[in-house]
Amino acid sequence: MTSVSPEYFLALAGLMFTIGVVGALTRRNAIVIFMFIELMLNAVNLAFVTFSRMHGTVDGQVVVFFVLVVAAAEVVVGLAIIISIFRRRRSANVDDVNLLKW
Amino acid sequence: MDFVAPKIALSGIAPEIALAATALLVLLADAFIGDRPRTLRPEHGSARPGSGILGNRWHLPLLSLIGFGAAVYLALDAWDRVDATGATTQFSGMIAVDGFSVFVKITLAVFGALTILLGHEYLVRRDLEEGEFFALVLFSVAGMMLMASSADLIVTFLALETFSIALYVLVGYQRSRLDGQEAAMKYFLLGAFSSTFFLLGIALVFGATGSTNLYGEGGITSFLATTPAADLSLLVLGAGLLIVGLGFKVAAVPFHMWTPDAYQGAPSPVTGFMAAGSKLAGFAALLRLLDVVLFPLRWDWRPLVIGIAVVTMIVGSILAVVQDDIKRMLAYSSIAHAGFVFTAVIATNDRGISGALFYLATYGLTIVGAFAIVAVLGGPEERRTRVNDFRGLFAAHPLLAGILTLLMLSLAGVPITSGFVAKLVVFGAAVEAGYTWVVVVGAIASAIAAFFYLRILVVMYMVDAEVAEEPKAVMGPLSIGVIGLSAAATLVLGLFWSPLIELAEKATFFAGP
Repeated sequence: MTSVSPEYFLALAGLMFTIGVVGALTRRNAIVIFMFIELMLNAVNLAFVTFSRMHGTVDGQVVVFFVLVVAAAEVVVGLAIIISIFRRRRSANVDDVNLLKW
Repeated sequence: MDFVAPKIALSGIAPEIALAATALLVLLADAFIGDRPRTLRPEHGSARPGSGILGNRWHLPLLSLIGFGAAVYLALDAWDRVDATGATTQFSGMIAVDGFSVFVKITLAVFGALTILLGHEYLVRRDLEEGEFFALVLFSVAGMMLMASSADLIVTFLALETFSIALYVLVGYQRSRLDGQEAAMKYFLLGAFSSTFFLLGIALVFGATGSTNLYGEGGITSFLATTPAADLSLLVLGAGLLIVGLGFKVAAVPFHMWTPDAYQGAPSPVTGFMAAGSKLAGFAALLRLLDVVLFPLRWDWRPLVIGIAVVTMIVGSILAVVQDDIKRMLAYSSIAHAGFVFTAVIATNDRGISGALFYLATYGLTIVGAFAIVAVLGGPEERRTRVNDFRGLFAAHPLLAGILTLLMLSLAGVPITSGFVAKLVVFGAAVEAGYTWVVVVGAIASAIAAFFYLRILVVMYMVDAEVAEEPKAVMGPLSIGVIGLSAAATLVLGLFWSPLIELAEKATFFAGP
């Protein structure tokens, strides 16, 4: 069985992370921004697994479990905050929330 | 295959366990003896009979305070042990038990207890639910404590998220306030964004060294000691991203964008808690990481951190001057203060570490009091937080005006206050390390900063004929107690600073490989 060189996975992780950063900075809907942040987290997960394989340890794979749990906790709180805003304003657009400035 | 049972000693994280257990107890007790949701009441929003400040709602705050007391007791217990046997690590090298972590934990417990006291009165006056508030404060202090004692980057990440997620909720706790919701959303989105950078930093450090552990066998310290002249670019890049992630939490420029919004929108007791606690937790992790573990790489990270320190001091001070809202102004001032602490980080000597600890402890005690005053003057939805709303405060509440004067002078760094001693200590450490020019920049920033603290004082004492609405302080025994304690600490530590500095100096020993 041939194996793919780990560099490709790292490149993919880097690409995913970059897409996540660009998306999170350019999108205006809070939920979409949050989805891009999740993409960034998963890119880091991929990097962890790849490094773990390169070093021949399982540390990085264990880390991924922790990250998944943290991401789930973040989703719970984040979506609750976004929904509570949506219920008041009927919008999840981050440009609409502009009471606090400068 | 033999099963080797791991050696588990709980003493290292006993304070955190005590706090988390108390938080769960509070949540459980809230279900039975706490107040039912007020939205179901017809008289929604009105104060109910018998719900005085210390009336029938004292169980949960008392329980929370007992939790903090237990945490302090257990931390002191750990201090006795590390004092006798030296610093160690526990949980297979995941938790560092050393003087540094004990000092930070006790300080954090004090901040948390003050927040409980303030929060209780704040919530009762506004007829908000309390159980979740106390539980979230307890959970976040537990996370902050874990930041200080983590000896593995993954534990640092978990601790960071534990206290951050609790703070996201606390910021938006008063759901009726639109600006509070907005602050929570901004803080949450930017916080989640920055913690992915922190995580990427961990991944790169792991990729470079093959370990996320700081001290253990094959950990980062031993990697740096045994691998000379290796290609460290990946490790340095990872360290840079770790600085970005932690710089966000301590509100360093250019990662400060969330600070004014979150500080303004959050309930004032929470704002004070954020300013005191999350700064201390973030700097605890930064100090351990940069000044201890990555000490051999100091020539690589120091230019970046010097840049952050200089920009943070200058930008924080200048932007504070143009603020019209006192909470935003204190937010920018907290950014500037983060810059001052960074000058102690770049010193990388023991004096810098103990100086940073002293600075963060005294700053926290002062800023909690300042935000307590903002809370009692702000009104039910904290609409009266403009600088002009403080017009005529001296005439209406002379003692409160006097205390606010003391706290502002301490933040500005005027002698006989703790802020002056703290600045002296951190700047002294930086000069000792040969970074005099950074200290000169810091002194200039302090001079700029003095302007806006004095502006509040001028407005406060101004006898003005056209005061639209006189400032009205609504405060009970708890607020008065916390404000008095904060003022006393500010004054006493400004006059008799040596005991606390000696404690901080005694605390600067770290677990090692």
